[in-house]
Amino acid sequence: MDFQIIKRKLEIGKRIDDFLDNVSESGLLFKLGVDSYLKGNVESFEKKLEDITHTENQGDSLRRSLEEQLFMQTLIPESRGDVLELLENMDTLLDRFKGAVWRFEIECPTIPVEMHKDFSELVECVVNAVEAMVRSTRAFFKDVAAVADHMHKVSYWEKQSDKVSTRLQRNIFRQNDLQLSHKLQLRDFVIHVDQIADQAEDVADKMSIYVIKRSL
Amino acid sequence: MLAFFMSSGLFLGWSLGANDASNVFGTAVGSKMIRFKTAAVWCSIFVVLGAVISGAGASHTLGRLGSVNALAGAFIVAFSAAVSVYLMTKARYPVSTSQAIVGAILGWNFFSGSLTDYHSLTEIVSTWMVCPILSALIAIIIYKGVVFCINTFKLGLFSQDLLTRYGLLLVGAFGSYSLGANNIANVMGVFVPVSPFSDISFYGWFTLSSAQQLFFIGALAIAAGVFTYSRRVMATVGEGIFKLSPVAAFVVVFAHSVVLFLFASQRMQHLLIHIGLPPIPLVPVSSSQAIVGAVIGIGLLKGGRGIRWRTLGGISSSWVVTPVIAAVLSFISLFFLQNVFEQEVYRNVKYALTQEAVARIQKVQISVKGLQPFFGQEFANARRLHDLLSTQKMLRAQDLDFILASTKIENLTLSAPQIDSINRQLITEQAILPLRELEGRVFKHRWQLEDALAEKSLYWRPKKDGRNHNANLAKRIDYICNIFRSEGD
Repeated sequence: MDFQIIKRKLEIGKRIDDFLDNVSESGLLFKLGVDSYLKGNVESFEKKLEDITHTENQGDSLRRSLEEQLFMQTLIPESRGDVLELLENMDTLLDRFKGAVWRFEIECPTIPVEMHKDFSELVECVVNAVEAMVRSTRAFFKDVAAVADHMHKVSYWEKQSDKVSTRLQRNIFRQNDLQLSHKLQLRDFVIHVDQIADQAEDVADKMSIYVIKRSL
Repeated sequence: MLAFFMSSGLFLGWSLGANDASNVFGTAVGSKMIRFKTAAVWCSIFVVLGAVISGAGASHTLGRLGSVNALAGAFIVAFSAAVSVYLMTKARYPVSTSQAIVGAILGWNFFSGSLTDYHSLTEIVSTWMVCPILSALIAIIIYKGVVFCINTFKLGLFSQDLLTRYGLLLVGAFGSYSLGANNIANVMGVFVPVSPFSDISFYGWFTLSSAQQLFFIGALAIAAGVFTYSRRVMATVGEGIFKLSPVAAFVVVFAHSVVLFLFASQRMQHLLIHIGLPPIPLVPVSSSQAIVGAVIGIGLLKGGRGIRWRTLGGISSSWVVTPVIAAVLSFISLFFLQNVFEQEVYRNVKYALTQEAVARIQKVQISVKGLQPFFGQEFANARRLHDLLSTQKMLRAQDLDFILASTKIENLTLSAPQIDSINRQLITEQAILPLRELEGRVFKHRWQLEDALAEKSLYWRPKKDGRNHNANLAKRIDYICNIFRSEGD
């Protein structure tokens, strides 16, 4: 064991921070992208689409190099498996944000104006849930005792997004002037976005196990 | 021949290195926190340092239990201990070289007719019992401290990992040092009284005594065990027997090292005496049992779930089973080596109620009236005389010890070449002057030489409250007696 290991650890800590920045950033881009879409600002939406794709690519390559580094340099052997799973799960959240924006671009759903507010609220709740998850993950690496402070917020925002999602779906199917196909498309969109918060909650549940495993 | 006779000790050292090094670095290597090569190098260096620098303490206690005085006897004692360790390991008992060697020495005592110092034996056996308990207590204290530090300083995952790695390496080094200091007595202790080496001085900077040279060789055998065989054992310990997190492993190894160090450090003993506390006996203890004690300590702290109480039962039974097997093996092997291979397995020490000895005994008001018919008679060994003395009801235990010490025949001849061969690093030229004055004389008993020297010089005179001075004086007299006795033999 030499002093290279200190350098490697500082490096890997910074990379994990960068990766989590990407996850957090993708949430913000998703929110801005949906806002632009709802406002009909095509140019801004396309810019956000481009940005989120770039962020996702960056996140992917960071995750891969992190996984490689953790295995090749036998860092944190005891928690390595948990850390790798955590990074994979966080990357899935990033992918889902990108996937949702692309879905808007591909399907171009027509969202009735009276639902814009609820749609924005749903996106807000989902982004907040993921943001709370990002904070929990940062705490997991830096101060394990603080994880609980952020983790309960993930559940809170997931519940909020469930409420908004249910309300939205009910409104969609009570709109008489929409065709069933349109209703089904909108419902799928709502479910797709809401599932990001569900996934964040699943990651939080797994993290609570990692925290117990790390507790002395 | 010498190399052959020492081979059993070296084999014991090798098996100690292969097994006990895994106690120190097993979890760290098994959990991939430290590479095997790094662990093996650190372990070997510190085992050698511990053995050479601090190995003497525990070795003296074993010496008091029974001073094996012939090379072939020492070979059998170490051999029986090694075979017992092997058999017990096969039977999956938590075996300890310390317990095996004590049993083997007792076997030698029985065979040679030497007396067993029951005070030392009690001290040793009680230490075995205290060792895992003390280890558990120390582990609890260290664990609490570590948890407090991690929570207070809010260590991150990577910082904690880094600190744990360095921590494991440091406590591993400390553990190896303690292992060398405490357990070298098991490997080489029995060869100390028959050491063929003479002291070596390195340009007056420091002197390597003959015992230290033996310990160095024994430590090399331990290191060989570490490099050649411990890898497999380390993998088993790290992944199988007790699955510990690296932080818990740090605590366990630290507690184990502290315990082994306490039972090996003469400095610590002097310090405790200096501040008026009762001294800790310097006894070779079981490294594995110290580890198990520490693991149980942490287990108890976490509510006692998952503790395998059967392991504790195994430890307690090994306190009895291992020494008994080793003693029986030692006794039988000594019989064979002496009668079939015609080797001298012990140097017979005779006792005689000489006129001078009787006068000395009577001077301290010990009544020997009942022994009058035996005045002038020689006894083949200590046990014969002891049996006779035991029939004298009015003699107390300390009287028996005094009579035995007074009647032991040494035949010390102070010849010029022997006086010249004394190492000047150990005994100064000025202290040798009284010996020169006594040149040509023959002392039947050791105490006669002691008295003659004390009369001639302050240097050779014991002090009333000088525990350290008297202990050093006893060592110096042991040293010169060995020199003068060899000519007599």
